[in-house]
Amino acid sequence: MYEFDFVKPTTLADAIAALGAEEAQALGGGQTLIPTLKQRLAAPAVLVSLTGIGEMQGIELGEGQITIGGATPHAAVAAEVAAAYPALAALAGNIGDPAVRNRGTIGGSLANNDPSACYPAAALASGATIVTSNREIAADDYFEGMFTTALEDGELITAVRFPVPEAASYQKFEQPASRFALVGVFVAKYPEGVRVAVTGAAEDGVFRWSEAEVALSADFSPAALEGIDCPAEGMIADLHGTAAYRAHLVKVMTRRAVMAAAG
Amino acid sequence: MTQVSMTVNGQPATGEVEGRTLLVSFLRDQIGLTGTHVGCDTSQCGACVVHVDGKAVKSCTMLALEADGAEVSTIEGQANADGTLNVIQQAFQDHHGLQCGFCTPGMVMSAAALLKENPKPTEDEIRHYLEGNICRCTGYHNIVKAIMAASGQDVAVLAAE
Ligand code: FES
Ligand code: FES
Repeated sequence: MYEFDFVKPTTLADAIAALGAEEAQALGGGQTLIPTLKQRLAAPAVLVSLTGIGEMQGIELGEGQITIGGATPHAAVAAEVAAAYPALAALAGNIGDPAVRNRGTIGGSLANNDPSACYPAAALASGATIVTSNREIAADDYFEGMFTTALEDGELITAVRFPVPEAASYQKFEQPASRFALVGVFVAKYPEGVRVAVTGAAEDGVFRWSEAEVALSADFSPAALEGIDCPAEGMIADLHGTAAYRAHLVKVMTRRAVMAAAG
Repeated sequence: MTQVSMTVNGQPATGEVEGRTLLVSFLRDQIGLTGTHVGCDTSQCGACVVHVDGKAVKSCTMLALEADGAEVSTIEGQANADGTLNVIQQAFQDHHGLQCGFCTPGMVMSAAALLKENPKPTEDEIRHYLEGNICRCTGYHNIVKAIMAASGQDVAVLAAE
C-alpha cells in the first residue's frame, strides 16, 4: 500500500468535511478497498473511515419497509432482517465468508457496484431507495454500469430503504474459486408486479430482465418463463464461462428463484 | 505516525502506526504476538482471523487504526488461565485437526466465533462457516470433527474419510 492518512470521524458532517480534502476516499468495511490498496490500484491521500459514525449504523424495521444504515455490516443484516425480509437476509448471509461479513457494509458494496456483487441485485429487484448525504436515488437510476453509480464525489450512502415484497428469493451460482456470483438472480414480487435483477452476468453490471418481469407479473410460476430466453449479447465472457453460458444461467437461476419464492 | 491503543487478550497494547499499518502487522511486528499468521494477505485463507469486539475478522484486511479502542483477542489468549489448552484447542489435538499447524490459529478463532453464535452446529453449518479458512494439509475432515467434539457433540456419526 502507498501511504495515506487515516481519519475516523464520528458524525456524518465531519465525514463529509473530511472527504472534501484533496484525494480523500471513503472507507467502509474495507473488504474490497483494502485489497485494492494492497495491489496499489488506488492511492488516496486520506482515507475517511465510516465505521465510527453512529447515524450510518443499524437497521430499522418499519411498516412494509426496512431501512439499513449505510455502514451496517452484512452479518447484522443477515441476523436482523431474517424475519422481515428473509431473501435479503439470506443474500447478506452468503456474501464472502463470516469474517468478511463482520466488516463489509451494504453502503460499501453498493457504492463500489462490482458487477459480480450480490447487494446490487437486491437493491434493484426491490426497487430500493439509496439515501445519500444529499438526496434520495431510486435504484433504477442509481446503477450506471460496471463500478459506476450515480454517486458524486464526496457523496455518501447513509442508508438504503427496501420495500418489503410479498415473496422473494435470491439464487446465486457461485464462481467456485472467488465465490462471487457468476450469475445471481434476485426475484421480488410486489403488488405492482414482479422485479427480476441479475448480477454477475452482464458487462454493464446489474440489470433488470424485463421480459421475465412481464411474464412473471402475469403468472408467478416457473412455467411463465417457458419460451423466454435471456439474450447472450452484452454478457460477460471469460475463462469461467461464455456469454451464452451466463445467459443460460440467468434463466436457470430465475426459474429457481421463482420456485423458491413461490414455494 | 499515529498512536493506537487497544486491549489485546485483556492486556493494554499501544504503539505508533502508519495509516496503512494492518492490524495483523501491529499484532505480529509491534507487540510480538506472532501466533496470528499471514497466509495469503488477500483475505482468502483466514490464517489471520482474530476477534475484534467479539467478532471474527481477517486482521490482514483491517487497518490497525480501525481497532483503536477495541478489545482484540488472538490465539495467544485462548488457552485456559492455568496454561492448559481450551476445549477447542484440545479437541484439535485429540482429533488431529492440524498437521503443519499454519492455518490452526485462524481455524481455532473461527471455530470459537462459530460456537459462540451457534453452540451446537451441524456438520454442514461448520463446513459453511469455515468457508473463509483454508487448510492445505488436513482435508478439513478432522477440523470439522474437532469442532463437533468441542461443541460436546458425538463425532462417531461423522464418516471416517
Ligand atoms: S492472511 Fe488474512 S486471510 Fe489470508
Ligand atoms: S494444518 Fe497445515 S495448513 Fe492446515
